[in-house]
Amino acid sequence: MESLMAYVVGIMFTAAFYMMLRRSIVKLVIGLMILSNAANLLIFVVSGMTRGAPPLIPEGASGPVGIVADPLPQALILTAIVIAFGVLAFAVVLIRRAYEVVGTDDLDQMKDTDT
Amino acid sequence: MKSNTMILHTAALLIMPLQLMFSIFLLLRGHDEPGGGFIGGLVAAGAFVLYAFAFGAEATRRILRVGPRDLLGAGLLLGLASTLPALFSGQPMLTAHWWDLPLPGGDYLKLSTPLIFDIGVYLAVLGTITSFVIGLMEAEE
Amino acid sequence: MLLAVLSGFLLAIVVPLLHRVAGKYIGWLLALLPAGLAVYFSTFLSQVQDGPLLLEYQWLPGLGISLNFLVDGLSLTFALLISGIGTFILIYAGSYLAGHKYLARFFVIMLSFMASMLGLVLSDNLITLFVFWELTSITSYMLIGFNHEDLEARKCALQGLFVTVAGGLALMAGLIMLAIMTGSYSLSAILASSDPIHQHVFYTGAVLCLLAGAFTKSAQVPFHFWLPNAMAAPTPVSAFLHSATMVKAGIYLMARLNPTLGEGELWTMMLMGFGAVTMLTGAWFAFSSTGIKKVLAYSTVMALGTLTMLIGVGTELAMTAFICFLVAHSLYKGALFMLAGALDHETGTKDITRMGGLRKSMPVTATIAVFAALSLAGLPPLFGFIAKELMLESLLEAPLWSSLLVIATVASAMLIVGVAGLVAIKPFFGAPGDTPKAPHEAPLGMLVGPAILTIIALAFGLMPFIPENALLQAAVASVYGAPVDFNLALWHGINKPLLLSALSLIVGFLLFRAWPRIQPTLHALNYAGSRVGPEAGYFKFMEWITVVASWQTRMLQNGVLGLYMLVLLAVTFGLAGYTMFSHYGVHFTLNLADSHFYEWGIALLLVASAVFASSTHSRLGSVASMGVLGFGVALTFILFSAPDLGITQLLVETLTVILLVLVLFKLPEFVNLSTPFQRYRDLAVAIFSGVTITLIMLAVLDIQYFETISTYYVENSAALAYGRNIVNVILVDFRALDTLGEIFVLSLAAMGVLSMLKLKAEDQHKP
Repeated sequence: MESLMAYVVGIMFTAAFYMMLRRSIVKLVIGLMILSNAANLLIFVVSGMTRGAPPLIPEGASGPVGIVADPLPQALILTAIVIAFGVLAFAVVLIRRAYEVVGTDDLDQMKDTDT
Repeated sequence: MKSNTMILHTAALLIMPLQLMFSIFLLLRGHDEPGGGFIGGLVAAGAFVLYAFAFGAEATRRILRVGPRDLLGAGLLLGLASTLPALFSGQPMLTAHWWDLPLPGGDYLKLSTPLIFDIGVYLAVLGTITSFVIGLMEAEE
Repeated sequence: MLLAVLSGFLLAIVVPLLHRVAGKYIGWLLALLPAGLAVYFSTFLSQVQDGPLLLEYQWLPGLGISLNFLVDGLSLTFALLISGIGTFILIYAGSYLAGHKYLARFFVIMLSFMASMLGLVLSDNLITLFVFWELTSITSYMLIGFNHEDLEARKCALQGLFVTVAGGLALMAGLIMLAIMTGSYSLSAILASSDPIHQHVFYTGAVLCLLAGAFTKSAQVPFHFWLPNAMAAPTPVSAFLHSATMVKAGIYLMARLNPTLGEGELWTMMLMGFGAVTMLTGAWFAFSSTGIKKVLAYSTVMALGTLTMLIGVGTELAMTAFICFLVAHSLYKGALFMLAGALDHETGTKDITRMGGLRKSMPVTATIAVFAALSLAGLPPLFGFIAKELMLESLLEAPLWSSLLVIATVASAMLIVGVAGLVAIKPFFGAPGDTPKAPHEAPLGMLVGPAILTIIALAFGLMPFIPENALLQAAVASVYGAPVDFNLALWHGINKPLLLSALSLIVGFLLFRAWPRIQPTLHALNYAGSRVGPEAGYFKFMEWITVVASWQTRMLQNGVLGLYMLVLLAVTFGLAGYTMFSHYGVHFTLNLADSHFYEWGIALLLVASAVFASSTHSRLGSVASMGVLGFGVALTFILFSAPDLGITQLLVETLTVILLVLVLFKLPEFVNLSTPFQRYRDLAVAIFSGVTITLIMLAVLDIQYFETISTYYVENSAALAYGRNIVNVILVDFRALDTLGEIFVLSLAAMGVLSMLKLKAEDQHKP
């Protein structure tokens, strides 16, 4: 399953990068969303995928029964999901604000400040 | 953005208390079963967002009683407060402390710094998302 | 020792306070520190006779950087010169800058500069040495540009800073190479090891880099131009920079490393060649300038060239001459600069041609100037004479290029005798000049320093055995790398050096007599030459930097976000892909047998929604397929034993859709903005990056380098943290600090959103 998912994640990254390279600012946001999903899946996949063995300990036991899924990447991804949401909200509001000020959603029209 | 459909109003009124209770249930059992501060906070935030869609930002602020930013601040403070016991007893930061408080009827209330911390996370997540949504809706109005 | 080195910085902190208390006696008060330091350093005199002393203090033990101090003859000579001359400079400055509105600021920088210089010469660790080296560059920049309201002063200060800091970069590279070659960052260990390093591959590079640092700092041709320009500084600064400090830092470094690097031919020839050219250049310009500070500044260039050349010659005799000339030069140059400042201060001009007959109105100044100039010209009975005799003698016996060096030295000596006349005879004797101010004698504070320095030079000349026994023996031993036995004396009988000395005196005197007539010609010649000189090169270089900077800003920071991303992606995945390709190779493995059919379904769902989201022209369709993608990911989490993740993902996905509905649909519809070429180019880069990610993931799945660290959490979750949901236990207990940081990040995002929305609300209130 991991090898199959490696291809899936690769395709998700491709889609994310392609969208982030577009000039339309809305597409940039969509790309950002795909990217965070792809990154979370990447961590999940490379740490190994286990079926039907969540990292829980039965009541009264001192440790889990048998082999369970690796809990550490899960903790990592859990925070990453919430953070990604915070970042996305920030980006979305920023973009809306920029659109109101600049009046365009074309990134190439927003480049005046650099040079 | 305020919806005037009957169904949504009724559903929001019915579902919201359940959602909030469920979120506290998820928060408290989180240490042992799937759940915890993040998930509980998200569920609670979902409840308020649903309410906001039904009755508007103004009403949601009223029902929250405290500002979303205050929730956020309270969450951060609780998170920080949970570092204090370890600090006072000279242990590494955030070392867990457990207290078993006897309850009438022979039961024990298991209070601990991880629990306080998790409540902090719950409030921080709730505060963040409600500030996003209420802020955005107010900006629309 | 640590306190002694840092005391200058500490005192600098309280200077503004002291200035209020001490008022116009601030110079005298602050001079107590270097005076005390000089006494403290002299307590080491007897100890260094028996060899170097290492005083150890820890700084960054983890990085092998220590604050050890190496006290031997050489560093002690420098430390004494710095603190001793520093004492008089501070007294002098208090008087020279009396009533200046930034007097306190001046002393703050001056003391910091002195402390950095002491740190430089006493450091045992190469990195510490480098830090102090850069500190001297920075503090001297502030000193040269002290009159910061003057455009010219700022320009000159910046020039000095650029040249010395550019050299400093090279120096750092050189020091690191040196440490790699010798295996140690400690000077004492480097000096103690006897491994021949001049055959090491790094030797050439190290020597070139180290010399680039030393040459820029010590104003060797072709980097000499910043030093005369540094005359923009107030005179006390020039006197200090030129006599004992700043420019001597490079000399110190070369002398310090001579025992280690001196065996290589490259080192010897570079030092002799550049030194001799610098010596001649300095003497020439000194003789053809008219401003008294310029004259002295170029004569410093001459002296620095001479010192470099002597290190290059490197024989026992040459090193003796080096140490003697170093001391002699510091004494007379400090005195002469302070006197030049006094002249400038009292007459109102720096132009030698306008001065004359001042001995009547400034008799004390005139007397001291004459004696100091005698030392400059190398006449008995001053210490300068002993140094010059030794120098000629050592050059006559030099193993390489002997006759060339002797001719160059005699020629520059002739010019310098003329220079001595310019600074000691021209202003004080002959017909009275027309000076802007009516001249009168300088105040005590401006005379005490030069007087004492000149008396010391005289005493050393008459009784050379005193400094010899006290310090010079040990100093020569530390630069030569082995104990040296010598006897300094004024009179050696009539020999070749004496005859050469006499010749240079006579020709020099004639040159001085002819000076009023030939000077304009020389000046015109120099002016013509300056267009192709190194300073012109410096300005060209600075212009070129501006051009390149604006070109590369246009190229790389053109403001087109898409191009930034394109470059970032191409470079990141190009490098990552190359590394993986060269270490692991490309293996497209695909194991189909271990997946259930419904898992295939999820995979297909993910792929389809990602592709659809990025290819559709409909905004709504794109957002909807994003939702499908998110739920697909949540499903994956749930199927593969991550219930917490699944729930979180579902909830976040719901909220995301709400967010997009609230905001995104206020934005315009999708339109095609890019050309087909851009689209295919972007697609190519995106596919390349995606394929690289897949390959890396496959490689990671194939190889496991480290044991998982989760075992600890799994085993101890119930036992130590009393929790049965291991993921939650990690979040709120084992790694709670990370989570604490995370909720702070979340709140920052919320604050950012709120402030942006509030900003908008305020905009709307405006009419």
